Amino acid sequence: MSELLVKNAYVIDPINHIDGEVMDIAVRDGRIVEDVGPKATVIDARGCLTLPGGVDSHTHVCGTKVNFGRYMSPEDMRAGREARRGVKHATSGYSVPTTYANSYRYAVMGYTTLLEGAMAPLEARHTHEEFSATPLQDMMANTLFDGNWGVMNAIRDGDQDRVAEIVGWTLSAVKGFGIKLTNPGGTEAWGFGKNLTCINDEVPNFGVTPIEIIQAMIRACETLRLPHSVHLHCNNLGNPGNYACTLGTFNQIPDLNEKRQTLYATHVQFHSYGGSDWKTFCSKAEPVAYTVNNLPQIVIDMGQVMFGKTTTMTADGPMEFNLYRLHHDKWSNHDVELETGSGIIPVFYRRKNLVNSIMWAIGLELALLVKNPWQCMLTTDNPNGAPFVKYPEIIALLMSKKYRDAEFATVHPDTGSRVVLPALDRELDWNEIAVMTRAGQAKALGITGIGKGHLGLGAEADIAVYPIRVGEVDPAQEYRKVIDAFSRTKYTIKRGRPVTRDGEILVHGENTTIWVDPKMGPGHDISQDTEFVKMFDRYYSVRMSNYPVQDEYLKRSLRMETEAVF
Amino acid sequence: MIHTDMVCPFCGCLCDDIVVETEGNAVVRVDNACTLGTHKLMNASMDRLKGPIMRDGAGWRDATYDEAIEYAAGVLLDADRPLLYGWSSTQGEAQGLGVSMAELLGGVIDSTTSVCHGPSILAIQEVGHPGCTLGQVKNRADLIIYWGCNPTEAHPRHMSRYTTYADGFFLQNSFRERKLIVVDVRKTETASIADEFVQITPGGDYAVFSALRAIVRGRGDVVPPTVAGVTKEQLEKIAEMCKSAKFGAFFFGVGLTMAPGRYKNIRNAIELVDELNRYTKFTLTPLRGHYNVYGSNEVFTWMTGYPYAVDFSRQIAFYNPGETTAVDILARKECDACLIVASDPGAHFPRKCLEHLTSIPTVLIDPARTVTTPLCRCQIPTAVTGIDASGTAYRMDGVPIHVKTFLDLGYPTDTEVIGRIFEKVQEVRHP
Ligand code: SF4
Repeated sequence: MSELLVKNAYVIDPINHIDGEVMDIAVRDGRIVEDVGPKATVIDARGCLTLPGGVDSHTHVCGTKVNFGRYMSPEDMRAGREARRGVKHATSGYSVPTTYANSYRYAVMGYTTLLEGAMAPLEARHTHEEFSATPLQDMMANTLFDGNWGVMNAIRDGDQDRVAEIVGWTLSAVKGFGIKLTNPGGTEAWGFGKNLTCINDEVPNFGVTPIEIIQAMIRACETLRLPHSVHLHCNNLGNPGNYACTLGTFNQIPDLNEKRQTLYATHVQFHSYGGSDWKTFCSKAEPVAYTVNNLPQIVIDMGQVMFGKTTTMTADGPMEFNLYRLHHDKWSNHDVELETGSGIIPVFYRRKNLVNSIMWAIGLELALLVKNPWQCMLTTDNPNGAPFVKYPEIIALLMSKKYRDAEFATVHPDTGSRVVLPALDRELDWNEIAVMTRAGQAKALGITGIGKGHLGLGAEADIAVYPIRVGEVDPAQEYRKVIDAFSRTKYTIKRGRPVTRDGEILVHGENTTIWVDPKMGPGHDISQDTEFVKMFDRYYSVRMSNYPVQDEYLKRSLRMETEAVF
Repeated sequence: MIHTDMVCPFCGCLCDDIVVETEGNAVVRVDNACTLGTHKLMNASMDRLKGPIMRDGAGWRDATYDEAIEYAAGVLLDADRPLLYGWSSTQGEAQGLGVSMAELLGGVIDSTTSVCHGPSILAIQEVGHPGCTLGQVKNRADLIIYWGCNPTEAHPRHMSRYTTYADGFFLQNSFRERKLIVVDVRKTETASIADEFVQITPGGDYAVFSALRAIVRGRGDVVPPTVAGVTKEQLEKIAEMCKSAKFGAFFFGVGLTMAPGRYKNIRNAIELVDELNRYTKFTLTPLRGHYNVYGSNEVFTWMTGYPYAVDFSRQIAFYNPGETTAVDILARKECDACLIVASDPGAHFPRKCLEHLTSIPTVLIDPARTVTTPLCRCQIPTAVTGIDASGTAYRMDGVPIHVKTFLDLGYPTDTEVIGRIFEKVQEVRHP
């Protein structure tokens, strides 16, 4: 039995409606309890802002394309090099750091749960192998279905049950968490070098459209009772004028779940562009945010861009090739048979560049214009908009108009006429930041029930203690202090055990992989279906029996079992 | 007993449809594998060392695993600059332990990549890599190019599983519908079935790529009548074949990476493929030799940030191929102890390197006597992944596959042996 007492903490815990109460948090065997005995280890959190451990509901930290980002970028590795010390492994990398570096840096910022945003089912084993080398966070993987042949064929045949059966079987087989759609249909078109422009284009050779894929997958998600909603990277990412496609998509999302959103739209910054070309490029954050304000069934994440160097990586292969043709640096692409694709290129977002400046503004505008913080998550789509180590700066930008203005003064001079940011006075408060960085993310992922994102009795004791006195610091004025505090916790506690102290790594931990296993009942086992088996035999390059990820790849495993209702 | 859907642990094709029939501890039949794979699987229990051996004067003596492991750990702990080399024919789990051990020892870890596709990686680090999984090729490609490789002999099922003879979704009769271009300095077996065989003079690859790029870009006017022995007419023909394909798949081997020009050749090839993507879909894949050499690159990368030749002597991960690669370290007589795992440098390294290996305590972890054995002071036999050990391996296209077992011969796995050496190291050198 291990016991811990975090004393005199200044707690904000939005899920339990605690907003700035000074209290003690008792922990026994990794869970939050009423009280502990006198022998408990005591951590003094006097005056420190204390939040549930951070949750990142959209990041790219493990898996084939992340690793290829490292593989192709020795120049990135030379940044962020730290020596081995104590239990801490040597680290390398800035925008695509090694697994250990990702884990340490997230931990130092108080993050304890991460969702890898894109896992190709065929290559899932790789993601799980990297998860086991990510010691300090619990991990989940959204599973890519954007170009899944079985799914697209079932949709074309109008067989909605079959869609759910394929998704359910695949999630169980690859130990995935939720459904990810990246440029649905577009990645299949990219198999022959094409793309789709928006949701009503037909996917070549498959006779379905993106909106049909999105809606069928939403219904399948609800049939399978998945904790998380469909997680969508809209079509037409990154192109001027694409906000219309984004709105067209949002307006066709039904409201199907009382507990959570029906759609999680990711990195919406990249999908809120106006203008008809790069010359007329401008922000359309306003119409997008207003639409979100009117649609409680939608949750978005920002996909904030921050200036500097990074590496972009996405399953949206055609988009990356277009970017490569703009940037001319280097380009990797990796299409995955019958399933999806991906691309990687390095980028440098410059303040002197008008388009980059507008992109920077759009992310902030979205976060300030979406009224309900539970509907807008703070992310950079790490590392696409920026490496996650930029989160503290983004928090400060959202809390301080003064900081925004100071930064705005340094961007491209024409930005003002293309964005609304300077006119926005809203300054987010601590509670709203807590929602956008943990409580809201846990709720959107559907993992509050397993004790994530809050500090209520029975919750996982994932706790972040930040060295900042909330009552004494005015974030609107003293934004530097906000940045410093969120950059380095005083303590990060994972499952009741302090894992970092003042930025130092204290333990070599072991994560839990959270995955979803939908039970589908007799008559719905697609792996017994002759057509499905035939498709597998003929077109995959691995045997069906060798496809599922064995249990041994998950060191600690938390299986969330659901009962499908057809 | 019949074991189906087994994975062949020989080449980077990692065929996973192998049927092995065993009687007791003997393999009596292997189906689906090529001759290379069949030979490895049929002889699963032959030629293995019975247990560890150690030098005894001019000869050898038997040793226990405890003794050999103790010796290996001692040698590594005593060294100032240990080299941990090999890793291409073992499971990912062992590779990961190797990296952690190199880190703690402040040593250098390198894989056989540095003598095969190292140049491909250098090129990828400069210009990227437009690739795909092999199933994409099988289902879509109507044009295949093999350049500087001879899959008929080195990857015998590559053509039947993934390219020329493999029917796919968009090609129901692949042999008729696909075109095959082979580029090589000599007419190989593979070349004999090509629609177009391009014979270039040795060392001419770079020039041929440049000429093709110019033609694809519409600047054929700058190309002379012949380039490295290839006529302009033929170059134009190939360029046209590439541009008019719906999906082209380019494969290349050490015939290109180790030819004069080395990594520049690959860079030029990648840039040609980039260029072709402006007209159609084109991908490129290195034909990786050992079944898990790509896995070593993957594991090293997520742990250290670099795919091979990682030097921990400064406590950080430092990478500089040409300096931190095994051959260079040995040639400069820099390392003072060497652990070789699942590879055979004795058969491949320059003489100067081998001489140095014999002059320092070298420990070999390998199931059988190899050309490297005489260079070592101690050899520890282990189970063979895919035969009596299971584990992860990465196919040449990056697809990770769980390699399974069909025999139990009682040998410890590489992961177990390296794990035990690592434990001993940790006892002395605490983290
Ligand atoms: S092609 Fe390679 S992997 Fe396949 S059976 Fe032959 S040796 Fe084994």
